[in-house]
Amino acid sequence: MHNVITIFRREMSSYFATPVAYVFIVIYLVLTGLLTFHIGNILDRNQADLTAFFTFHPWLYLFLIPALSMRLWAEERRTGTIELSMTLPISQGQAVVGKFLAAWCFTGIALALTFPVWLTINYLGEPDNGAILAGYVGSWLLAGSFLAIGSFISALTKNQVIAFVVAAAICFVLVAMGSTIFLDFLNEWFGSGVVEFFRSLSVVIHFTEISKGVVDIRDIVYFGSLIVLFLFLNVIAIDRLKAS
Amino acid sequence: MIEIDHLTKAFGSIKAVDDVSFKVAKGEVLGFLGPNGAGKSTTMKMITGFLPPSGGTATVAGFDVQRKPIEVKKRVGYLPEGVPLWPDMTPRAFFEFIARVRGFAGEEAARHIDAAVKKTQLADVLDQPIETLSKGFKRRVGLAQALLHDPEVLILDEPTDGLDPNQKHEVRELIRDMAGEKAIVISTHILEEVEAVCSRAIIIAHGKIVADDTPAALAARSDRHNGVTLATDAAATVRPALEALPDVAAVVDAPGGALFARARDGKSIISQVSAALREIDAEIDQISVERGRLDEVFRQITNTPSSHA
Repeated sequence: MHNVITIFRREMSSYFATPVAYVFIVIYLVLTGLLTFHIGNILDRNQADLTAFFTFHPWLYLFLIPALSMRLWAEERRTGTIELSMTLPISQGQAVVGKFLAAWCFTGIALALTFPVWLTINYLGEPDNGAILAGYVGSWLLAGSFLAIGSFISALTKNQVIAFVVAAAICFVLVAMGSTIFLDFLNEWFGSGVVEFFRSLSVVIHFTEISKGVVDIRDIVYFGSLIVLFLFLNVIAIDRLKAS
Repeated sequence: MIEIDHLTKAFGSIKAVDDVSFKVAKGEVLGFLGPNGAGKSTTMKMITGFLPPSGGTATVAGFDVQRKPIEVKKRVGYLPEGVPLWPDMTPRAFFEFIARVRGFAGEEAARHIDAAVKKTQLADVLDQPIETLSKGFKRRVGLAQALLHDPEVLILDEPTDGLDPNQKHEVRELIRDMAGEKAIVISTHILEEVEAVCSRAIIIAHGKIVADDTPAALAARSDRHNGVTLATDAAATVRPALEALPDVAAVVDAPGGALFARARDGKSIISQVSAALREIDAEIDQISVERGRLDEVFRQITNTPSSHA
């Protein structure tokens, strides 16, 4: 645990030592603002909830999270600092978890900074703040899942551009599997059994369930398993590829 | 302290390290020599637990690096080839990170950092981002990182590469000062460095150990060993007199119009030479005995025999 915290602190301070943190947070806030108020038309809906705010999160994370995760391991492999990390008395698992947690907490900070949206809706009406909190938890879990995927992909390559594109593509598939167009197509050709299967794998469905305010254990398990699975693959990838 | 037993590393069909065995005891400074691509760095990467061996074992302080990697890594200070460092960190933040990883906190961490910074003379650049530092400073940051926990074993891959002569001298002094209580392995291309700091030298070529001896004994393998160089205006009379001596193999021209008498089988010929010179009463401006050149032996051993003139 001590080593995880040490890695976590080093990673966290490196976000704020470079413009990465500030650029990411500013872009994230501007985009969420634009999507929520202009495309989601949160104010015209006359409903005191944050549905218009959360709906766009999967699509936003689709490219913002891979942008954050692409450097996690690819950069260490390219600059060779992975040799330094991996010859210190730290296990690969500790390094993977420490890096992941730092990135995840960082997205948590960015997410928390959207609080003016929450303040606005509370000023204008009387929303169900429990449901909103659930929405934030769901959004953070979604970000964590994409980060775990991105971190794993980043460990497979020295090239950050490749890491970004591949991670974004995988996240896109996970999001698109829950889209109505795709599910209608499946229904036409394969019937409802197949539709249910793909629905249950899509991040959007689970995220939407949570952000309605219904925190089902199955949705938590879904995101938890995604994170654990990809971090586990991440450790294996580091072990196999660190020196190549 | 370090035991390497039949260590092998294959990348595909190429054997980068081929059945290498050696031991390094406490108090020894082992110089690891070899042409580029001979397998020096690969061997070091296996000892430090970065690369898994394809065969054989590496043991540090009784711990097998494959089975107990963390125990080995705790006891080793390692300066990797090319000194990879996190560019956006300052040396201070970097050393604080390393101190925490090494299990030091508070007062103790500060003490270890201070000592490492003092030894490597980094006090002036502690708060500059590492990416803005010169090559020499970066190397010293890497070195300080390796020394920070005062490890029993130091593995330094080209510790003086990119340093100016003064800095090289300081790093060698530093290694010599630490030699007593540690087992140290350094790899280098610079042969005078081996003579300056190493108690033993291993020459490796094509992944195999081709020589393992003290630097002096290796130098003695040179065919110039115990040869005599002399500067004289009377070369015409001196040359035949020397050629007549039984233990002189050949007399050749040396740079600056001097003569060089090569000893037969590395025997000591200086007394014969001086007696012969007295006999013909030749005027000699300068005379010196060669100890042999390590770089020549190095070329002799690592090149194919045909290329050695």
